[in-house]
Amino acid sequence: MSAAPLIEIEGLRIRFHGDDGRITHAVDSVDLSVANGATLGLVGESGCGKSVTSLAIMGLLPKQSAEVTGAIRFDGLDLLQAPDQILRDLRGNRLAMIFQEPMTSLNPSFTIGDQIIETILRHRGGSRRSARERAIALLRRVHIPSPERRIDEYPHKLSGGMRQRVMIAMALACDPRLLIADEPTTALDVTLQAQILELMRELKAASGAAIILITHDLGVVAEVCDEVAVMYAGEIVERAPVGELFASPQHPYTVGLLGSIPRLDHRAEQLATIEGMVPNMAQPPAGCRFAARCPFMREACTAARPPLVEVTPGHLSRCIRAPLELLVS
Amino acid sequence: MALLEVENLVKHFVAERSLLGRPKAFVRAVDGVSFTLEAGKTLALVGESGCGKSTVSRLVLRLIEPDAGSVRFDGQDLLSLDTAALRAFRRQAQIIFQDPYASLNPRMTVDQILSEPLALHDLVPSPRRRARVDELLRLVGLEPRLARRFPHEFSGGQRQRIAIARAIAVEPKLIICDEPVSALDVSIRSQILNLLRELQDRLGLAYIFVSHDLAVVKHIADRVAVMNLGSIVEEAEADALFAAPRHPYSRALLSAIPLPQPHAKRTTVLLEGEIPSALNPPSGCRFHTRCPFVVARCRTVPPELVADGTGHATACHRVAELPSADAILPAAGGFSPSLAKLVAAFSQKAEGAAPSGVGIQAARPTAT
Repeated sequence: MSAAPLIEIEGLRIRFHGDDGRITHAVDSVDLSVANGATLGLVGESGCGKSVTSLAIMGLLPKQSAEVTGAIRFDGLDLLQAPDQILRDLRGNRLAMIFQEPMTSLNPSFTIGDQIIETILRHRGGSRRSARERAIALLRRVHIPSPERRIDEYPHKLSGGMRQRVMIAMALACDPRLLIADEPTTALDVTLQAQILELMRELKAASGAAIILITHDLGVVAEVCDEVAVMYAGEIVERAPVGELFASPQHPYTVGLLGSIPRLDHRAEQLATIEGMVPNMAQPPAGCRFAARCPFMREACTAARPPLVEVTPGHLSRCIRAPLELLVS
Repeated sequence: MALLEVENLVKHFVAERSLLGRPKAFVRAVDGVSFTLEAGKTLALVGESGCGKSTVSRLVLRLIEPDAGSVRFDGQDLLSLDTAALRAFRRQAQIIFQDPYASLNPRMTVDQILSEPLALHDLVPSPRRRARVDELLRLVGLEPRLARRFPHEFSGGQRQRIAIARAIAVEPKLIICDEPVSALDVSIRSQILNLLRELQDRLGLAYIFVSHDLAVVKHIADRVAVMNLGSIVEEAEADALFAAPRHPYSRALLSAIPLPQPHAKRTTVLLEGEIPSALNPPSGCRFHTRCPFVVARCRTVPPELVADGTGHATACHRVAELPSADAILPAAGGFSPSLAKLVAAFSQKAEGAAPSGVGIQAARPTAT
């Protein structure tokens, strides 16, 4: 990517200190950057650290138990060093987030209009009337039918798909530069998912915002992302432009993931499986964290932590055996 | 003769009652569903939330009573069975649920969970039960030494294996799998799907596979029935349905699924609007409010499910006039040759390693 990145994460490390003194290494030295107008997919299975990373960007991790180090630079400002007041001004304004559960992320005791208007007034000021007009325009933009009436409804009157649209409208209220969407369609039916993904593409084209899309669904990634980062056990194990990643993955974990999903576009008699389990994150292994489950493992893999290296231009892999094509040719 | 014949099944739930307790409104969850299932085969019921697929699966097991219709299992009319006969039937038909965290009793050990059906149906005399439990665990890829553990000590995938072991303990002919992999991570999902297939081959099981995930269904089903708002809109052999879906709703469903293939060229049918409620389903064809091909007749006359010579049935007035459905799934998909080799190498080497799914670590969830 040529332009200066909008957000640049460097050496992000997140540790949770449990009540019992136990330390969990949730995220380890994650480096990421997203340029203006680009969409980055953050992929991985439960517990890989993808959601925690996004919460760290938003500054939403509990201060008492989460130890966050490294740097998260947003437009040049290090969010980890910024005082709370500045973060509060950024959140919901230039930094916005959509969560997975549209059922629980809206306040049930306020109308959807109140909730959108609150955001606008907090960050933009102006009169309540103009904020209300803007809220109606936003609801129209996310294709909510008859927004003038819908704006005064409570969340429980809306279906799941509608609520997710309201969440998106709220996130867009102040024209964010960066939108983080954490599994935005996972709770929705496929026909609604298709509508929401279409909406996100449309909004991205119109606003030029950067998007970080967190998902476990490789199909969603292929449809909307420009670049993909695959996470495993708190680390980024592979990063590549989307076409590259699906055509020639360079980390065995990605190969396993691609082989294990049933596909509509071709038939496999037997699906690939990734045997074993994710390592215990209280004591992550010293070497490659995937080594114990990796069929291509060598002794050297467990000796030292493999670095994230560029295999081909723009395509990074944390595997000392990459390029993987050489293993099967 | 088919193993299971379901005819014109109807189930309406009361949604609202008047002051005097008279029903005022109904959710028409299942409205005239018919299908048959051969022994050893898999029929998938697919559709979006609220389409009635789970209700059908429960009606087939008589976990809930239908309002009308009949279910014949092995030629026997299920609805006429008394309690004792019904219990005997339950030995023939089992169910696996979506959430392996909720479907296992947290206070019972795996050994107890798996012994209970053996004792209940008097299948194995008690001194030999332990051996049978070991055998069941091995069948589903778990180590017998884990039998003394409690469900909370297992991961989601392992719990689903235990639920499967419990279902096959009574040597059933039919297992209903209600979204069995929806709650599992991608890599675990493939293990369970492979296991279900392997058990089907080994034990000659028939499955009714309830799912909203069409990619999973394509992988596992022989026949597919697509449901919308309580009725079947299309039923066909899986290959035929995925090659050329006929009903506009089936087309929309298939085209809505994101393919793990960047820049794939395909026709998309984006449905507008919300899914109508089963409380007040649209008149005529229940899909007409969202259908891009709607004509006047669709709004008033409900279409019948009509099969052609090949057994491909569609409930649509306009099925003969619809444009062909070629580009909904791209023909040339899949892996490049080198990636295919790599995936094959990945799977082969993994087989040589530890048996699938075994080993248990301190069951402490990671922090995220």
